[in-house]
Amino acid sequence: MSTLLIIEQVLNGLQFGVMLFLMAAGLTLIFGVMGLINLAHGSLYMIGAFAAAAVAGATGSFVLALAAALAVAAIAGALIEMTVIRRLYGKAHLDQVLATFALILIFSEGTRWLFGSFPLFLEIPDYLSGPITLPGGIQYPLYRLALIAVGLLVGLGLWALIERTRIGIQIRAGENDREMIAALGVDIRLLYTLVFAIGAALAGLAGALVGAIQSVQVGMGEPVLILAFVVIVIGGIGSIKGAFIGALLVGMTDTLGGIFLPEVFKLFMEPGAATQTGSALASMAIYILMSLVLIWRPTGLFGARA
Amino acid sequence: MIPERLVNWVVFAGLLAVPLWAIVVDEPFTITLVTRAVILAIAAVGLNIALGIGGLVSLGHAVFFGLGGYAMGILAYHAQTYTSLDLFGMSFAGTKAMPIIWLVAVVVSGVAASIIGLLSLRTSGVYFIMITLAFGQMFYYFAISWSTYGGEDGLSIYVRNGFPGLNTLVPIQFFGLCFVLLCVVLFLSARLQNAPFGLALNAARQVPTRVETVGLNPMRLKLVAFVISGAITGLAGALFADLNRFVSPTMFSWQLSGELIVLIIIGGVGRLFGPVIGACLFVALEHWLGALTEFWHVYLGLILLAIVLFARGGIIGLLTGKEGAHV
Repeated sequence: MSTLLIIEQVLNGLQFGVMLFLMAAGLTLIFGVMGLINLAHGSLYMIGAFAAAAVAGATGSFVLALAAALAVAAIAGALIEMTVIRRLYGKAHLDQVLATFALILIFSEGTRWLFGSFPLFLEIPDYLSGPITLPGGIQYPLYRLALIAVGLLVGLGLWALIERTRIGIQIRAGENDREMIAALGVDIRLLYTLVFAIGAALAGLAGALVGAIQSVQVGMGEPVLILAFVVIVIGGIGSIKGAFIGALLVGMTDTLGGIFLPEVFKLFMEPGAATQTGSALASMAIYILMSLVLIWRPTGLFGARA
Repeated sequence: MIPERLVNWVVFAGLLAVPLWAIVVDEPFTITLVTRAVILAIAAVGLNIALGIGGLVSLGHAVFFGLGGYAMGILAYHAQTYTSLDLFGMSFAGTKAMPIIWLVAVVVSGVAASIIGLLSLRTSGVYFIMITLAFGQMFYYFAISWSTYGGEDGLSIYVRNGFPGLNTLVPIQFFGLCFVLLCVVLFLSARLQNAPFGLALNAARQVPTRVETVGLNPMRLKLVAFVISGAITGLAGALFADLNRFVSPTMFSWQLSGELIVLIIIGGVGRLFGPVIGACLFVALEHWLGALTEFWHVYLGLILLAIVLFARGGIIGLLTGKEGAHV
């Protein structure tokens, strides 16, 4: 185990965590403001990736592809908010789960119908491909480094939006008391659609960015969705700060666990059994982390409400 | 409007009549379809105890379904390869006997439900939904990475397990076995609903504070309900694996957890026969719509949306004109 390998894996974990944050931020924002549990968030991730792949295929431009991912996911988000989601705000969580589960079925099969079952590929653009040498002689893929940068910038932007702008004030107010801000003349319906569209756009962006290092296919959103759930449960539902810290924790645990747990088990087991036990345990590591956090704090690290 | 009791009897009679008719016209595949519906109904009846009476929205019931499936798969695998199963330093022989497999499936999933329940019930609402979902994924990924029992490819069992005095390879006999189990489970569920425990559980869902003031522990009530619920779903998992003679990690998948909830919603939440009607309808849709179009999930999604938004009581609610089993 060289230091170089460890640093590389830490960067991988960071990159994974930052992408999870893009997903988790939208989920937690939507829950915090509207009190809605949205299973279809993974579908928006998928829609972003497909939009990016389609536009990149047609124009060859990665920047346009990302713009398309943001726009299409935001529009899809706004549309489902206005047609379906809006009717679910006051309802029981069970209804929300079911209706958004229904949306997943519709979106997944609809996408399969449009694009077929074969995965699409989204190429990393030339100016972002290839490795870059970091201080200390570490070779690391430039694209992954760019993902970390984009994720951190978006996180910063989101923080600024919520803490420093008028819309942010309205969003925070909506979280606390929706009747009061409606009485103050804020169009609460428009605000909700906006929040949902922002969340959707973040998910779409994450889908497009990750789509370039994995394949773009139907069903790609759900595993990420569930990880994002784990993230916001750890961080505390409704808290953006919690989502950020939770995302980094989950990203690190998953990446480092997969690499180091088998090695740890090799210290006292025969190599074959160690690899098997280690990788089995690594695949469960984040869920174990989640259980531990919940035993310690049932509403997550930064959660205020149950 | 039609009384709920009548609806229940019609469904019950229909479940018996269709396979018998299938024998007459010699359509063994129809019997298999009905058997599938019956097994899914058992799983959903189990979930309905936690979800309908206890109000616990578990999005991870596939864990118990999968555990039941793997209990069957692992026992039968050791029996068919004549190897022993080494566990906790002891050595067990595999078995092909259904009663033993069922017992193991029920015990294993019951134990798992008590552990998962203890952890998950510390939370409520959305947290509970997400945590049960996460536990489901945990088992899913564990099953995938556990190569001893097939990993991602799953385990095939060559011959269906046996039941004393029956030839389970004959579709109608296996159907009969599953049907009897469904009746037992429905009877238990009906008794439970009206027993002091069921009433207390019902109250714990609606007004936990009041239940607590009366001196009952709502947490314990919910945990017991969750364990019973998980054990029944585990039994269904063992039967399901036996029906297909195959287990794979997809039995743990979260889509399956979602579908189990869907079954209940289609039929009617908290109703005795809700899960049964839901399961029959689901299998019928899967079969008929699936034959018409490869993309039948789109229509399932639309139907589901319509039920959630416009017909809260599911099919039973529509037929009886009462929206909720309990309001």
